[in-house]
Amino acid sequence: MQEMMIIILSAILVNNFVLVKFLGICPFLGVSKKLDSAVGMSLAVIFVMVLATAVTYPIQMGLLVPLQIGYLQTIVFILVIAALVQLVEISLKKYVPSLHQSLGVYLPLITTNCAVLGVTILNIDEKYTFFQSLLNSFGAGVGFLLAMVLFSGIRQRIENNDFPAAFKGIPAVLIAASIVSLSFMGFSGVIDGLFGH
Amino acid sequence: MQFIIPVGIVTAMGLLAGGILTIADKFMAVQMDETAAKVLAALPGANCGACGFAGCADYANALAKDEEHAIKANLCTPGGDAVAMEVSSILGVEFEGASSKIAIMKCSGSRDRTSYAMDYQGHQTCKANKLFFRGRGACEMACLGFGDCVNVCAYDAIRIENGLAVINKYKCVGCGLCAKACPNALIEIVPDKTRVVVGCSSVDPGKVTREICAIGCIACKLCEKTCKFDAIHVINNHAVIDYTKCKNCTACAKKCPTNVIHVFPRPVSAPQQKPKPVAAETAQVEAPAQ
Ligand code: SF4
Ligand code: SF4
Repeated sequence: MQEMMIIILSAILVNNFVLVKFLGICPFLGVSKKLDSAVGMSLAVIFVMVLATAVTYPIQMGLLVPLQIGYLQTIVFILVIAALVQLVEISLKKYVPSLHQSLGVYLPLITTNCAVLGVTILNIDEKYTFFQSLLNSFGAGVGFLLAMVLFSGIRQRIENNDFPAAFKGIPAVLIAASIVSLSFMGFSGVIDGLFGH
Repeated sequence: MQFIIPVGIVTAMGLLAGGILTIADKFMAVQMDETAAKVLAALPGANCGACGFAGCADYANALAKDEEHAIKANLCTPGGDAVAMEVSSILGVEFEGASSKIAIMKCSGSRDRTSYAMDYQGHQTCKANKLFFRGRGACEMACLGFGDCVNVCAYDAIRIENGLAVINKYKCVGCGLCAKACPNALIEIVPDKTRVVVGCSSVDPGKVTREICAIGCIACKLCEKTCKFDAIHVINNHAVIDYTKCKNCTACAKKCPTNVIHVFPRPVSAPQQKPKPVAAETAQVEAPAQ
């Protein structure tokens, strides 16, 4: 139980994918303008991350490792995740149209998102078991959600403010992102403190 | 020869994935309903949501699916009668005129009647100004006058005159985008036949309103007592008309001591030959340009 908490919490706060590991920056900057699209996108990310892990982990362990072709990991994972997301989209459209309506726009966007690919590869690098990998992916997705929601609030403030011409638009957003990211660095050590390691 | 296994595996996986997707695409294809496609083509494509659905495609789908014709074919206000007619003929239902709607403005505080409490220099939008303290108006619920509503209106029906948003009812199609844009929720979408409008949303007590605005509702309840149809009530320190009950008799407007209940000239779609000078001073909806 404690181990589960440690994995999830550290994936959300300490190793936040966006703010600490700097993965998935492009949707972070692109889709965080509005709260509802930020949330929709993040839900799709959580969903795809967990699903992608569930599929790629067996492939790595059952196919690539025994055949000693671990170096093909990146390319095989990209292939599998892309196909998987497309498949999910097609079947959602058919069987759960309501979910497709809300996730639909964002699903294709994250087909080859680096955060999704990143989480599957990191799970293997960390030598997690299958169950731990799923937990870690879920935590990473929730961390993404947290970052997106926090940042969409900041984005709205940025939009309503006047900046010197040189900083208008993306520069101001990048500076804000770096400050948020700095503040997340403050979480390192929190987990150790909480669980006394 | 050691490259055969990796190449073989990646190729096989690619083929497999491609195959699965092709099959899935075949078996799980969702065709767009033919009627829905036709209805969609007939709709204006403004995706404004005035029909109560999430955009034109959603409305078209709902219409096509609904076999008992429980959903009306005339909900698209921007499209008006022409679109309603076309949609009804596609669906094979009887044509009813589009239920026209119109936007009304529930603030009359132009600059000569009320004032600003601050000299706001920040980002020049209503939304930003509203975030700052409680907006620049002396009255909390006054029109902020930066024209967020003007910016969203696709029909050029609103402009800011003397710090107050003014709606041109001959251009307004009742899509309701302005109502959503106003941070003070001063714009309401009402049935087109509406002639009586309370031009105030102030939540301050009557005494305060009297001090800061020359035309605010002072919550004296005279209108409430006058109305024979129980259609107007003072709620939250300003009068609110229930348009399902209002008979446009204008009795309340005549009684109002601050003249904040406006009466508009009657004709709606057919612009009058001679705009009456009535309410020219107080009306928030202008007469057609001659
Ligand atoms: S009211 Fe008409 S234009 Fe607006 S979203 Fe509905 S169908 Fe489209
Ligand atoms: S009506 Fe609303 S949106 Fe338009 S100018 Fe006034 S406060 Fe701003």
